[in-house]
Amino acid sequence: MTLNDIEYLAETAKFELTPEEKQYFARSIDEVLKFADKLAELNTEGVEPTIYLLGIKNVFREDTVQSSMDRDLLLKNASDVEAGCYRVPKVVE
Amino acid sequence: MRYEVVIGLEIHAELSTRSKAFCSCSTTFGAEPNTQCCPVCIGMPGVLPVMNKKALEYTIKAGLALNCNIAKYTKWDRKNYFYPDLPRACQISQYDMPVCQNGYLDIVVDDQVRRIGINRIHLEEDAGKLLHDPYMDHTLVDLNRSGVPLIEIVTEPDLRSAEEARIFLENLKTILQYIDVSDCKMQEGSLRCDVNVSVRPEGQEEFGERTEMKNLNSFRAVYRAIEYEASRQISILEEGGKVLRETRRWDDGVGRSFAMRTKEQAQDYRYFPESDLPPVEIEDEWIEKIRREIPELPAQRQKRYVEEYGLPEYDAGILTASIDLANYFEKCVEMYQNPKTVSNWLMGDFLRLVNERNIEIADVPVSPENLVNLLRLIDGKVISGPIAKTVFEEMFNTGKDPETIVEQKGLKQISDRDELVEIIKKVIEDNPKSVEDYRKGKKKAMGFLVGQTMKATKGRANPQLVNEILMEQLNK
Repeated sequence: MTLNDIEYLAETAKFELTPEEKQYFARSIDEVLKFADKLAELNTEGVEPTIYLLGIKNVFREDTVQSSMDRDLLLKNASDVEAGCYRVPKVVE
Repeated sequence: MRYEVVIGLEIHAELSTRSKAFCSCSTTFGAEPNTQCCPVCIGMPGVLPVMNKKALEYTIKAGLALNCNIAKYTKWDRKNYFYPDLPRACQISQYDMPVCQNGYLDIVVDDQVRRIGINRIHLEEDAGKLLHDPYMDHTLVDLNRSGVPLIEIVTEPDLRSAEEARIFLENLKTILQYIDVSDCKMQEGSLRCDVNVSVRPEGQEEFGERTEMKNLNSFRAVYRAIEYEASRQISILEEGGKVLRETRRWDDGVGRSFAMRTKEQAQDYRYFPESDLPPVEIEDEWIEKIRREIPELPAQRQKRYVEEYGLPEYDAGILTASIDLANYFEKCVEMYQNPKTVSNWLMGDFLRLVNERNIEIADVPVSPENLVNLLRLIDGKVISGPIAKTVFEEMFNTGKDPETIVEQKGLKQISDRDELVEIIKKVIEDNPKSVEDYRKGKKKAMGFLVGQTMKATKGRANPQLVNEILMEQLNK
């Protein structure tokens, strides 16, 4: 992991990192990757790729409507509210 | 040099399920902001989305109608990006295992069948809606739409002109409406379209660099945006320049597209599996069950109308462009043996009033039974053709049956010979100049006298009889 890689990752994830943090993550992510590389040593011939860990499938709900959340309660988490909406900084088109 | 335009489309259609894709909030359009939301669809941590079975079935249905292979095994992924309409900062979508792949739709362009490939159809969730007020320094967010199920239909780059793209979209919309998976109301945003355009010198195999245009919410905008973009790219190439791969925003008001800032274009969605949704195995029986629910599609129906009812292709095309209109037509011809007459009425006054009033065909107050009754009144010479138009408009306005209207307004055709002779004698008496003109050989004067008779009877006179009697009287 180069510092450039770390900066790119931070940018796409909208993280602000100090120079020390960048150094730290470059090292620690390297270690994680090295650890994961260990898996490549295994012979996986004939092994189905694991797509889901829990071994369950086809979990559905029927298409029925239930009442939604009370709006005042819903908007309690919002830092700013106007006209029943979340208010956010202007999004420039 | 001549250039060929290459177009691919990405179409988003909101599915017409009652509830959202992964929670039980309502999908009804037009509710008060943020009243159809819950912790799942506003992206609270720790919630558990659960797949709406109907949404998946609609996706499969769309895939079957568009000749796709349906995956035996499918899963969902998180597409990560930051925008205030996406509260969880990741959209539940599908990356490498979409529900449908490798389909096609045949369209007819200039009497030629063109097969347009469908690369994939996947099931994802819609984002919320941003409300911009140009006078305010902030944006408002309404999350009612967040989590509404969407299918994204991606075509192969098989379209070659703006007109082809428009025809493809018209056809696609009609099919989605026929199979009842989306209402495709562009003005409500339930059908939206992104367009990829490139150009290449004619004969060249390799594709040119393409641009993507977003924000297209009418077929007309799609058409204009493609025309604009193709000519923009051609002029760049002609001047020796290079087309840049970029996302552009179409502004329909000024009729131009604008490059979006490179920062907005930095697209790395960092897809990873949606760990909250178990994968789905789609068994053959399930697919076959859904296949049986697919009605006769517009192209087949159009063909049948030509063969079975002897309608011109043109009529058949118009009647089948809307499933409601096609069903209406079929109800009429079940009761009435002249399909062409029915077709003329539907394509004429019926659609004219539907368009003028801007209403849905399902909301037209004239029942097929009453339209047929009206046609029978004409056939039985109870009313004349021109009067029938008046009666129809009244039926359209009031929902009353034609017999009642004819009765109440006294619109019955006058076919009584003696009664007409009296009226015509008076017309001749009142218009000696025209009678003289006619006798001097000015045959045009006859038309005037017919008109006067019609005026005197408020259009109710049997036109054939009027002609007959006038001739008799004038040649006496």
